[in-house]
Amino acid sequence: MSEPFIHLSGVRKIYRTRGVEMLAVSEATFDVGAGELVSLVGPSGCGKTTLLKILAGLHSHDAGTVRIGTRDQPFDPARDIGMVFQQPLLLKWRKVLDNVLLPAEILGLPLAASRERARDLLRLVGLQGSEEKFPYELSGGMQQRASIARALVHDPKLILMDEPFGALDALTREKMNLELLRIWQKAKKTILFVTHGITEAVFLGTRVIVLTAGPARMADNFRVDIPHPRTLDVKTQEKFGEYTRRIYHLLGME
Amino acid sequence: MIAPTIRSGERLVGDNLQRYTIAVLSHLALVAAWHFFIVLGKVPTFVMPSPYATLHALLVPNYRWIENISVTAIEIFGGYFLAIVVGIGIALLFSWFRVLEMTMMPLLVTLNMIPKVALGPLIIVWFSYGIGPNVAMAFAICFFPIVLTTARGLREVEPDLLDLVRTLKGSRWQIFTKIQLPGALPYIFSGMKVAAILAVAGAIVGEFLGSDRGLGYLMLQVQVTLDTAAMFMAVILITLLGMILYGFVLALERLLVVRDARI
Ligand SMILES: Nc1ncnc2c1ncn2[C@@H]1O[C@H](COP(=O)(O)OP(=O)(O)OP(=O)(O)O)[C@@H](O)[C@H]1O
Ligand SMILES: [Mg+2]
Repeated sequence: MSEPFIHLSGVRKIYRTRGVEMLAVSEATFDVGAGELVSLVGPSGCGKTTLLKILAGLHSHDAGTVRIGTRDQPFDPARDIGMVFQQPLLLKWRKVLDNVLLPAEILGLPLAASRERARDLLRLVGLQGSEEKFPYELSGGMQQRASIARALVHDPKLILMDEPFGALDALTREKMNLELLRIWQKAKKTILFVTHGITEAVFLGTRVIVLTAGPARMADNFRVDIPHPRTLDVKTQEKFGEYTRRIYHLLGME
Repeated sequence: MIAPTIRSGERLVGDNLQRYTIAVLSHLALVAAWHFFIVLGKVPTFVMPSPYATLHALLVPNYRWIENISVTAIEIFGGYFLAIVVGIGIALLFSWFRVLEMTMMPLLVTLNMIPKVALGPLIIVWFSYGIGPNVAMAFAICFFPIVLTTARGLREVEPDLLDLVRTLKGSRWQIFTKIQLPGALPYIFSGMKVAAILAVAGAIVGEFLGSDRGLGYLMLQVQVTLDTAAMFMAVILITLLGMILYGFVLALERLLVVRDARI
């Protein structure tokens, strides 16, 4: 790999609350190339969200180095992060289009151009026709699509997704997986995708990073050698089974 | 897809019309029941007036209805408006300065435990008779719920949403105007609705305790002459004033708060 877009080395994070120290992340060392979709998988409490927040610049870390951006692709921490959470967190009082525009407003981007872009993005995520609706008029899956459009509206280089499909039913979730792959290939973004779905991690990721809890540590980091574009069929491939077994093994769940 | 949407829309309009008709009819039925109760039961007017006698009380020029209604209305709306401005203002200060909230909120809670009615005699000593003290009473009684709900609403912000704004290096002012304040609006309105009812009670209690004008004052005056018809009329007018205020708040809420967010 040429110069990686994200470079983490020996990152460690300790939460201190009321004198109690809690090791949330340790020995996180990995690189992410520009345009990769990397899955971060691990059990609850293993530090996935913490790691994302460190990358987003919301938390400091106690040791190690974090570097984002390359010479060709400089990274501006204020403009180059898009976030998607488990809940869509759309503003109830704004129409879908205005919700998507929120980051553009905060950054003070030219509104007319952003509006056009927001419309294009809503089309990209399959929400054409819902621009003027309020969030309560959308299903959970549609709301999450809107929040993905919102994460893309300011054209950030890095998208951080924290269990974005965790609150959806299994069927919608599979559909959204396919959608995400399509959006990723169209938008050409670097995506870090946190999940505790093992098949989801393998299905989506060009690379999978496995974290384990107690003590928090990075357990594995491997390339998923299945070419894109992927369809649901890949889940029946032998290779796919090997990858998922590898993760189950690491998490002690065979 | 389109046809069923339209049909359900029509049904909605029909439903509303039906609901309003039923509401009007039930009110008319109450008046009718009242009328027949008085007539058939031969209830003397000084015990309970008929609807007709009640309406007739409006014609007594001595009661100066217009003036008394105006005075009570000023007290209710004035106290209420003041409570909204000061209440929301204080809640905003609380959300901007945590220390202020930490020191002042417990104090406000304690002060709120004082039965405001018990302050009546003091208010008269301080402000003497008149509209002023009654505005103060309406204000005192409905101010606290507004502070409480507004402060609560301003506090209820999704932490993840804050993170989202922070990654974009959004300012505190942006968080306030784009997320905190509109998010607090439904809470503010729920406080305003409670306060609207309390403001009416506050103004009337103020007039009972000491006043020389207003519908509450009038009720005390006609009590002496056993003019229950005028008393009934006064109560109806007070209720109407309350309904106007409440209806206005409700209409404003419909205008400003998305249906799904109303509480
Ligand atoms: N702000 C905080 N203060 C103290 N401890 C925290 C804080 N945030 C997280 N932790 C602790 O750090 C550990 C890692 O938390 P984190 O939220 O990163 O886990 P996670 O992998 O995202 O879990 P989940 O899959 O449940 O979302 C947990 O044990 C958690 O209790
Ligand atoms: Mg998490």
